[in-house]
Amino acid sequence: MATAEEVAKAAERRDVRDRWLLSAPALLVILLAATGPLLIVLVYSFLTPGAYGDVKWQFSPDAWVSVFMERDIFDDTLSLAAAHVTIFWRSIKLAVVTTLATLALGFPTAYFMATRSEKTRDLWLFLITIPFWTNLLIRTFAVLQIIRNEGIINTILLKLGIISAPIQILYTDTAILIGMAYVYLPLMVLPIYASMEKLDFRLVEAGYDLYATRFKVLRKIIFPLVKPGVIAGSILVFIPALGAYVTPVVLGGGKNMMLSNLIELQFGQGRNWPLGSALSITVMVIVMLALLAYVRNAGKSGVRHG
Amino acid sequence: MNWKTTATAMGLALLASTGLARAEGVLNIYNWGNYTSPDVIKKFEDKYKIKVTITDYDSNDTALAKIRQGGTGFDIAVPSQTYVPIWIKEGLLLETDPGKMENFKNVAPEWANPEFDPGRKYSVPWAWGTIGVVVNTDAYKGPADTWGIVFNTPDELKGKVNVVPEMNDVIFAAIKYVGGQQCTDDKAVLKKVRDLLVAAKPNWIAMEYNTIEKMGAGDFKATSDWNGSALRQRLANAAIHYNYPKEGFGLWSDNVVVLKEAKNVENAKLFQNFIMDPENAAGLSAFHRYANAITGSDKYMPADMKDAPEVVIPADAKPKGEFQKMCAPETQELYTKIWTELQK
Repeated sequence: MATAEEVAKAAERRDVRDRWLLSAPALLVILLAATGPLLIVLVYSFLTPGAYGDVKWQFSPDAWVSVFMERDIFDDTLSLAAAHVTIFWRSIKLAVVTTLATLALGFPTAYFMATRSEKTRDLWLFLITIPFWTNLLIRTFAVLQIIRNEGIINTILLKLGIISAPIQILYTDTAILIGMAYVYLPLMVLPIYASMEKLDFRLVEAGYDLYATRFKVLRKIIFPLVKPGVIAGSILVFIPALGAYVTPVVLGGGKNMMLSNLIELQFGQGRNWPLGSALSITVMVIVMLALLAYVRNAGKSGVRHG
Repeated sequence: MNWKTTATAMGLALLASTGLARAEGVLNIYNWGNYTSPDVIKKFEDKYKIKVTITDYDSNDTALAKIRQGGTGFDIAVPSQTYVPIWIKEGLLLETDPGKMENFKNVAPEWANPEFDPGRKYSVPWAWGTIGVVVNTDAYKGPADTWGIVFNTPDELKGKVNVVPEMNDVIFAAIKYVGGQQCTDDKAVLKKVRDLLVAAKPNWIAMEYNTIEKMGAGDFKATSDWNGSALRQRLANAAIHYNYPKEGFGLWSDNVVVLKEAKNVENAKLFQNFIMDPENAAGLSAFHRYANAITGSDKYMPADMKDAPEVVIPADAKPKGEFQKMCAPETQELYTKIWTELQK
C-alpha cells in the first residue's frame, strides 16, 4: 500500500508531466515559428550571395565583414563602412527622438486620462485606440494629406494670409518626426496610463500637504511610481521605430535610407541576401543591447527606490 | 455597343462557331500591380470559360525570388526583358514556343526575335516602353530632352525634382549622361557617375514611385519616369511633357511567360495566344497605357494614345533608345555600393 505521501508525489509527477504534454504543442510552435526563421537568417548571413538573389551554399564571412568594413570600389582600400554607420546612426537617432517625442506627448495625455472620473476614462481610452483601427500606411498617408504643400495646414495658413507661399514640411526630417510621433503615440500612452491608473493619488495629496512643489511631486512621487509604464512604453516605441519603413519613405521622400531600407535593398535590387541577413541580425543585437542597458538601469534605480 | 458587350458578344460568337468550349478551368496570373485590364480578362474568361485569378507583385526581384521557391500555384508571370534570360537559365519557364502560335503573325517584326528570348521560345510581348524625363512646363520652359534635368538641375527646378528609385534605371541614365556604356564596370566612368549622383541629390525633393499623383498635385515639377506614367500625368495636366533624353534613354519590355510548375498549361498557352490578337493587345494598352508589340493593334487603340508622344517615339529620338540589359553580378555589386553611397 502506498502511503499518502507517495500518492501525493505520484500525483504531482503526473501533474508536471501533464503540464509539459499540454504545453508541448504551444512550445513547439513557438520554437519553430520564432527561432526557426531567425536561425535561417543567421545561417544565410554566413553564405555566399547567389548571382541573381538567393544564396549559394558556400561558407563566406564576407557579409559580416561588409556590415562593418567596406572596400572602396575606386581605390580598393578597406575602411570602416561609413555609409552603413551613417544609416545606422540615422535610424537610431530617429528612434530615440521618436521615443522622447511620444513620451513628452504621451505622459501628460496619460496623466490627463488617469485623473478623469472612472466613467469618462473608458471613453478617453477608447479614443486613444481609434487610430489602431486603420492600417499604418493609411494613417501615414493621412498625415501626408495634412502637411503637404496643398495640404490642410498650408491651405488654411495661405487662406488666412499668414504665409504667402506654402511651407515645405513634406520630405523633411520634421515630416518624418511628425509622422512617427503620431503613429507610435498610442503605444506610449497605453502603458503609462496603465501604471498611472494604479497610482494612489492620496500619495500626491500627501506630497502637497508636506509642502512639495508641483514639480517635486511630479519628479519624486508620480514619475517613480509610473516608471514601469514609462519603460514599457519607451521599449514599445523604440523597437518598431528603429525598424520603421513606411513612414520615413512616405513622408521623408526616400532620399535618405533608414536601416529597413538598407536591408530591403539587399534583398531586392542589391541581390545580396547574406548582407541583408547580417544587417538584420546586427539590428537585433543593437535592440537587445539597448534593452539590456535600459533594464539594468531601471533595475538599479528600482533598488534605490525600494 | 460598349467594349464589354462587344467582348462578350465576340466571345459567344466564337464559342458558337467552334461549337465547344475548349480547356475549361482556371488560370492563375502573377503580374505587376495595376497592370492587367479587367475588360480583357473578362473577355478571355468568357471566351474560354476559364476563371482567371490575378496576384500582384511590385518588383522583378520579388517575383523571381518567389517563383524560385516554388509551389506558388501560378501559371503565368510577366517579367521584364532584363530578367527573362535569368528565368530561362534557372529553368523556371516552360518552353511553350509562342513563335509557333496562331496569333504570332501579329507580333511586330522588331519584337519577333528579341535578344532576351531568341525565336520567342518562351515569351509573348505584353507591353514595352521607355524611361525618360517628365517636366511640368509651367515651372520650367527650357530644353528638357536631357538627363541634365535630373543630374544637373536647372535653377527653376531645384528642390522640385523627383527621381524614381529604380537603381538600375538611375545608374543607366547617369552612365549615359557621363558618356559611358550601359553595364560598364569601368572605374573611371563609375567614379564620374558616383560624383554626379552625389552632387545632384541635394537638388532632388524625393526619390519615390508615386509620381502620377505628386506630379498632378504639384509636389513635383519634374521627375524621371516611365512613359505610360507620363501619359497619365499629361492627361491630368496638359502642361506636363515627356522628354526623350538626347544622351540616350532606356527601353524596356515586359513579357508573358508560362512557368514550368504551371498546373494549367493549356490555359496559359491559350492566354499567350489570346493577347497577341490585335484587339486584345489594344485592350491591354488602353488600361496600362503602354505600347504593345502587336501589329494592327493601332486600329483599336484609344484615341488619346494613337499619336501620343509618350507612346510613339519621335523619329529623331528613336536612335537614342537602347534596350536595357542585365548587368553582370560583379557589376551589379558596384552599382549597389554607389547606390548605398547615394542614399546614405
